[in-house]
Amino acid sequence: MSFPWAKQYEPQQPLMKWLDEKLPLPRLVYNAIGAGYPVPRNLNYFWNFGVLAGAALVIQIVTGIVLAMHYAANAGVAFNSVEHIMRDVNAGWFIRYAHMNGASMFFIVVYLHIFRGLYYGSYKAPREMVWLLGVVIFLLMMATAFMGYVLPWGQMSFWGAQVITGFFSAIPIVGEPIRQWLLGGFAPDNAALNRFFSLHYLLPFVIAGVIILHIWALHIPGSNNPTGIEVKDEQDTVPFHPYYTAKDGFGVGVFLLVFAALTFFTPNLLGHADNYIPANPLSTPAHIVPEWYFWPFYAILRAFTFNFLWIDAKLWGVIAMFAAIALLFFLPWLDSSPVKSSTYRPLYRIFFWVLVADVVLLAICGKMPAEQPWVILSQIGSIYYFAHFLIILPIVSRIERPLPMPNSITEAVLAKHADDKSAATA
Amino acid sequence: MASETESSAGIEDGVRRRDFINIAAVSFAGVGAVAVVLPLVNQMNPSADVLALSSTEIDISAIGEGQAIKTSWRKQPVFVRNLTAAEIAEANSVPMSDLREPQTLAERTKPGKENWLITLGVCTHLGCVPLGAAEGENRGDFGGYFCPCHGSHYDTAARIRKGPAPTNLVVPPYEFTSDTVVTIG
Amino acid sequence: MVRPLGFLVGLGFITALIFAIFTTPLKNEPNAAYSFVKHPRHLELASDGLMPHWDLAQLQRGMQVYKEVCSACHSLNLVAFRNIQDLGYTEGQVKTFAKGFQVPSINPDTGEPATRDGLPSDYFPAPYANDVAARAANNNALPPDLSLITKAREGGKDYVYSLLTGYQNPPANLPKELRPGTGLHYNPYFPNLNLAMAKPLSDGQVTYADGTKATVDQMAKDVTAFLVWTAEPKLVKRVQVGWAVIGFLLIFTVLTYLSYRNIWADKKH
Repeated sequence: MSFPWAKQYEPQQPLMKWLDEKLPLPRLVYNAIGAGYPVPRNLNYFWNFGVLAGAALVIQIVTGIVLAMHYAANAGVAFNSVEHIMRDVNAGWFIRYAHMNGASMFFIVVYLHIFRGLYYGSYKAPREMVWLLGVVIFLLMMATAFMGYVLPWGQMSFWGAQVITGFFSAIPIVGEPIRQWLLGGFAPDNAALNRFFSLHYLLPFVIAGVIILHIWALHIPGSNNPTGIEVKDEQDTVPFHPYYTAKDGFGVGVFLLVFAALTFFTPNLLGHADNYIPANPLSTPAHIVPEWYFWPFYAILRAFTFNFLWIDAKLWGVIAMFAAIALLFFLPWLDSSPVKSSTYRPLYRIFFWVLVADVVLLAICGKMPAEQPWVILSQIGSIYYFAHFLIILPIVSRIERPLPMPNSITEAVLAKHADDKSAATA
Repeated sequence: MASETESSAGIEDGVRRRDFINIAAVSFAGVGAVAVVLPLVNQMNPSADVLALSSTEIDISAIGEGQAIKTSWRKQPVFVRNLTAAEIAEANSVPMSDLREPQTLAERTKPGKENWLITLGVCTHLGCVPLGAAEGENRGDFGGYFCPCHGSHYDTAARIRKGPAPTNLVVPPYEFTSDTVVTIG
Repeated sequence: MVRPLGFLVGLGFITALIFAIFTTPLKNEPNAAYSFVKHPRHLELASDGLMPHWDLAQLQRGMQVYKEVCSACHSLNLVAFRNIQDLGYTEGQVKTFAKGFQVPSINPDTGEPATRDGLPSDYFPAPYANDVAARAANNNALPPDLSLITKAREGGKDYVYSLLTGYQNPPANLPKELRPGTGLHYNPYFPNLNLAMAKPLSDGQVTYADGTKATVDQMAKDVTAFLVWTAEPKLVKRVQVGWAVIGFLLIFTVLTYLSYRNIWADKKH
């Protein structure tokens, strides 16, 4: 790390000294998430979600490895093997419900983590690489979650696989061969289930690898903070341990409380009843809905109902859905404002909250059947989504006049406390 | 001077209280981690459906004198042998001092049913299935069972007599539910 | 370079969407059935809520209804006889109960398909050998397996209870195309309004050992309670464990909060 005042790792015991010479793993940890990493002192609770996302990944990997000991990836027995876990395996119901709701918790914290980054400009220079790697993680998560949802081989699993792989058939000429290659057949069946299981087991470890790169890239410039002003001197920072380890410990406590309430009290709240019906290739559910974390993108997919130019509606939908995620890769260069934090960006702040409302609207549209008024709302929502990133943001970053900013993080902190004091005396 | 000692005492007190809460929080995390590990370990134990198969009923009415059948209990082979009078006499004539694991035939069968020898078909050496249950198979030097993997010889009471196996073939828990039906497990 | 390109791409998507808005009709296809479908009636059970328990007497009655009525057409593939020990039966009773069923087997001498007495480790036998046989016997409608039915339908137990008690004559104003065809029966709780299953319950159809009066409503409640259990036998245990976990986590969270405040006590932030 680059800050010259960062604490140096000094092993005390002979064993640790020996280890430090041969394999400086403790030093690496010390500098990454220990006392050797100076972090801005003014981070708020929204900075907890990175660590929580890491915790969620660990929970998913641990419960997933355990489930894989009992699950059978064969179209004939997959559904019953999941019920075998629920009924006969010791504590199987707990592990399976934890894995199922753990996926939702993972997406909740990751979405909050992403919106934190959007609000405080964490995607901007010098942290573009951190953001790019984050988008890669997000894509990998979506792939992993989709394939995981197929594994219980219920009705939604089957028809979800059918619909998602159907995206590829929208591509002219090569689309159908690609779809058959992905499925290993003409419809989702054993071959697809088996490869999805294999990849569902593999991808979380790829995610873990990209997370290491994400954290590595973060440690080059250091963490952003609510003022968006870069760290200037030692006063601006505190060592990660014990200050942020303690705060993250509290965050983990709250996270686990929500997670436990979901898992033990309403484990099927975020699921869909149809997935307790075994997959039936001859009968489509009345209304196919993906898991909630895909709803906004599903709404964008369905918003395109018109063959425009030489591209048909289906292909427009597929392109738009992928573009909705892919444009995030270009975000650091779409927003040219040198000011990071929305605290000092009065105009951007308004559009940020409109975007939040827009994504919520899209999510609702994605959940609802493709009927009016949801179709027109998803069309309006999609227009704003693309307009926000591709048109409004570049214009706002040009015309906006930022508010006066403090000179340093410490100055901002002291000013806040002075305000508190004067408010208390007044 | 006085104020200085006071303040340093205050700090010391503060440090101790702070430490206590931190230690309590970390210990709670440790207890929680252990509590989570328990189900994660326990899930590898036999599941309810596997345990439910732990008793098997066998009809022995068709096994003639001198014959044996191979059946299965908990996915392990079980030998059920109807001993001949000669085999019983031979088993009873062996001096205890000749045996690696001294047991009489009576100890390995049920009272009044000494001709029914029921054992697991799992060699106590490394778990192969011994020969001798089916017609015409090698029954070893002592007329009982013979394990082809590493040459263990069992006698007519399925006791180890020669070769590397350390103990006699295991007698599983069983009961005669009637004269012709045995429940194992 | 990124910004002008992004601007063009954005305009492309927006134009396509604007065309889509103006070409999509704002009125939905009229769906007449929709106005006749009723919302399921709420069924209160002992296993509901945050303090659940199993009403064993009710579950036993429910199993009797399943066995004597539903099992004629519906399988219960995921439930084994050994599981009903949870309903308050002894091991001996379970054995006797299992013996009362014939389960598929093979003749040990000929290898021909045969049946034998049920064992506790066996599962409730299905009424039909396969889906084709089930359809053939039921006017081409497949009676679903009931093991997970209260989790596998929108509305859950309320839906199952409402459906069982909801058979009635079609209302006078029901359009002709929504009237039940041959072999179909009108039920406003069913999404299509007309289902192949005839009214399965009638008053006094079973005789309860505990003297409870076997009204249609009572039997529907009992069998629904039983099907809540078959769908999730670990439900009560799950919530009980949940409270212990939540209690532990509350203390843990308070401790971590105090620890966090302590460590930050001398830092303004």
